[in-house]
Amino acid sequence: MFEGWDAVVLARAQFAFTMSFHIIFPAFSIGLASYLAVLEALWLWTGREVFINLFNYWLKIFAVAFGMGVVSGIVMSYQFGTNWSAFSDKTGPVIGPLMAYEVLTAFFLEAGFLGVMLFGLDRVGPKLHFFATLMVAVGTLISAFWILSANSWMQTPTGHALNAEGQFIAVDWFKVIFNPSFPYRLVHMVLAAYLTTALVVGAVGAWHLLRDPHLAGPRVMFSMAMWMATIVAPLQILAGDQHGLNTLEHQPVKIMAMEGHFQSHKDGAPLILFGWPNQAAGRMDYAIEVPKLGSLILKHSLDAPMAGLDTVPRENWPPVPITFWSFRIMVGMGLLMVGLGLLSLLMRFRGTLYNSRLLHIFAVAMAPSGFIAVLAGWITTETGRQPFTVYGLLRTVDSASPLAAPAVASSLIAFIIVYFVVFTAGVIYLLRLMAQPPHHGEEGPRSDVPARAAGITPAAGVAAEGAIR
Amino acid sequence: MIAIDLPTIWAFIIAFAVFVYVVMDGFDLGLGILFPLFPKKEDRDVIMNSVAPVWDGNETWLVLGGGGLMAAFPLAYAVLMPALYTPMIVMLLGLVFRGVAFEFRWRTTRERNRWDIAFAGGSLLATLAQGIALGAILQGIQVSGRHYAGGWWDWLTPFSILTGVALVIGYALLGSTWLVMKTEGELRDRAYQLSWLLLVAMLCAIGIVSIATPFLHVQYTHRWFAWPNIILTAPVPVAVAAVTVMLLRSLANKYDYQPFFLTLALFALSYAGLGISMYPYIVPQSITIWQAASPENSQLFMLVGVAILIPLILGYTAWAYWVFRGKVKAESGYH
Repeated sequence: MFEGWDAVVLARAQFAFTMSFHIIFPAFSIGLASYLAVLEALWLWTGREVFINLFNYWLKIFAVAFGMGVVSGIVMSYQFGTNWSAFSDKTGPVIGPLMAYEVLTAFFLEAGFLGVMLFGLDRVGPKLHFFATLMVAVGTLISAFWILSANSWMQTPTGHALNAEGQFIAVDWFKVIFNPSFPYRLVHMVLAAYLTTALVVGAVGAWHLLRDPHLAGPRVMFSMAMWMATIVAPLQILAGDQHGLNTLEHQPVKIMAMEGHFQSHKDGAPLILFGWPNQAAGRMDYAIEVPKLGSLILKHSLDAPMAGLDTVPRENWPPVPITFWSFRIMVGMGLLMVGLGLLSLLMRFRGTLYNSRLLHIFAVAMAPSGFIAVLAGWITTETGRQPFTVYGLLRTVDSASPLAAPAVASSLIAFIIVYFVVFTAGVIYLLRLMAQPPHHGEEGPRSDVPARAAGITPAAGVAAEGAIR
Repeated sequence: MIAIDLPTIWAFIIAFAVFVYVVMDGFDLGLGILFPLFPKKEDRDVIMNSVAPVWDGNETWLVLGGGGLMAAFPLAYAVLMPALYTPMIVMLLGLVFRGVAFEFRWRTTRERNRWDIAFAGGSLLATLAQGIALGAILQGIQVSGRHYAGGWWDWLTPFSILTGVALVIGYALLGSTWLVMKTEGELRDRAYQLSWLLLVAMLCAIGIVSIATPFLHVQYTHRWFAWPNIILTAPVPVAVAAVTVMLLRSLANKYDYQPFFLTLALFALSYAGLGISMYPYIVPQSITIWQAASPENSQLFMLVGVAILIPLILGYTAWAYWVFRGKVKAESGYH
């Protein structure tokens, strides 16, 4: 079986599959960790019980999501070696240290303080506990810093040289880490994580407000989430635009694929809204386009000339249909998020933020939009840089392990089966937790024992003070 | 003056990371292996809660071992991972099952049993795969140029199965002595009985692996038995015997902490023996640490971070263990 298959294609499928599953959880937990830190800070500051209830409510959800992120992440750190050994040998000296720093500065920090964050409030008291929460939140952001630096170096490599063994080696670490696309990618991804979390939090709040608009917890979380959507979604469009201009400068072929520009345009390129990219024929079928708008957006001039894929050798073309469509899905989600933010602002000024069924239904429907946008965005950037792993320097086909197709196919099937079983169950448990509204005396993880009376936390002083207010 | 040799320093750093992984995740994987022997829900809750706050940190050392290997010895990482393809995939999938079980089993009553099986089965599979991988490395790996040159079943031999079983026994012993330290009453009595059985089994396993290893390659025999090496190697078996006697006494006296820490010592000695056999090869018989080393500026760049961060990490990890010190009570389902 699988003798006729291409081992490299199977290895790529495996990477795409395991990576797509993995990114869902960090995208959520980066934002959620920061949200938890904010909730705990508000609780310590104001002493209002609603904040600790919300904290414990989302902490249970965080524990499940974080666990899934950890186990699917370990898979990633070994997959470089199992399926992409040639890549590992050649780029290990450059991106290996970046990933080692991710482990040392981020993973240990998160893991070391996670136990205290989840189970330690009784043991260490509120102040030290807040410090642990803060360390977990900071850890998720440091992790994003390093892994996005490594990915960005693969997209826009700088600061390196080649040695006699054909390995990339670092000449200037600062240039390796702060390579040209890194700052843009980092901002874009962190904002995406925050938006993803806000949309989930907002949807859960809206879901409970649809049943009872007077619930304190859902009101607070819905309002907070809608502020995030209102402010961050437009910022994200700005960040994405800047990221796109950076890509045009360093990876113009990716932009050609994203825009569907098969042909060069000497005096102003159109903006192709929709169409069917015909990769074999090298043209866009059924295109709906706005003349000259493409040049205006990308070059800020109506008549600026823009090169198309006809200037690029065929063997260097990325798969255009995937890049073109995933980009449109991401942008579409982003525009919907801006719409939700604006609608919520309108309702807020009208005083119907907690009563507008329209807004709440919209917010519930938008629950998965952050995840869809994150996945579509990553598919755009990773497909668009094909056929290279290190852009322009190392081809994907030269990066794979010397493995027989049956070995890669078997492991791919095993991953698909296991991930569907395990992560389906996980998502069901998450939805089950979210289906219950946060309540008075909400407890943290491990609350399968019968609920105790409220105020059992050793932070009883603070909680009691809150109850009096 | 001894010149500072970066690859040697890095070999010790990676070896340290892997050792910390082995003993830390060793006991929590061991708890998974022992899970079927503790069918009562209350016991299982206690067992789970005894490691729930720390298991995640324990597993991070595995990521450091893998990531560090890629960064410091990319050639070794690129050769070993395809050679150990199947054991690695099985280990990763096993870790997925057991890792999610920590959270999932508390989120469902109806399906709890299913996640208990996932926890036990995943732990067993991951351990077996790690032990098999160790045996496969020791018995040698075919290399041509900068690539693995063998087939995808080369790892499977009687010797690698032997090391796989040996590691299952070893982790189970770490798990049972951990329970002796962290639990009370009937559960602790059961853990004592198991520790006796597992210690005997572990000693047999150490003996058989020690006898079998020198027969794999002439170099191993030479390393251990040739004059003057034997002056340096002889203390290892002597120390194993001494630790064993102390461990037997501590079990007989029903001490709380000693059995666990003496088992750690037994692991450290076995691990040192492994190092003696392998050094200076990182892929036995074909690639040395100097051949596999990444360029000096990569190793130096990371060494700065390691020198500052590892002590810090050990510090806050120790703090986390300190916060959750003492016996885990049955009723403290909510910590």
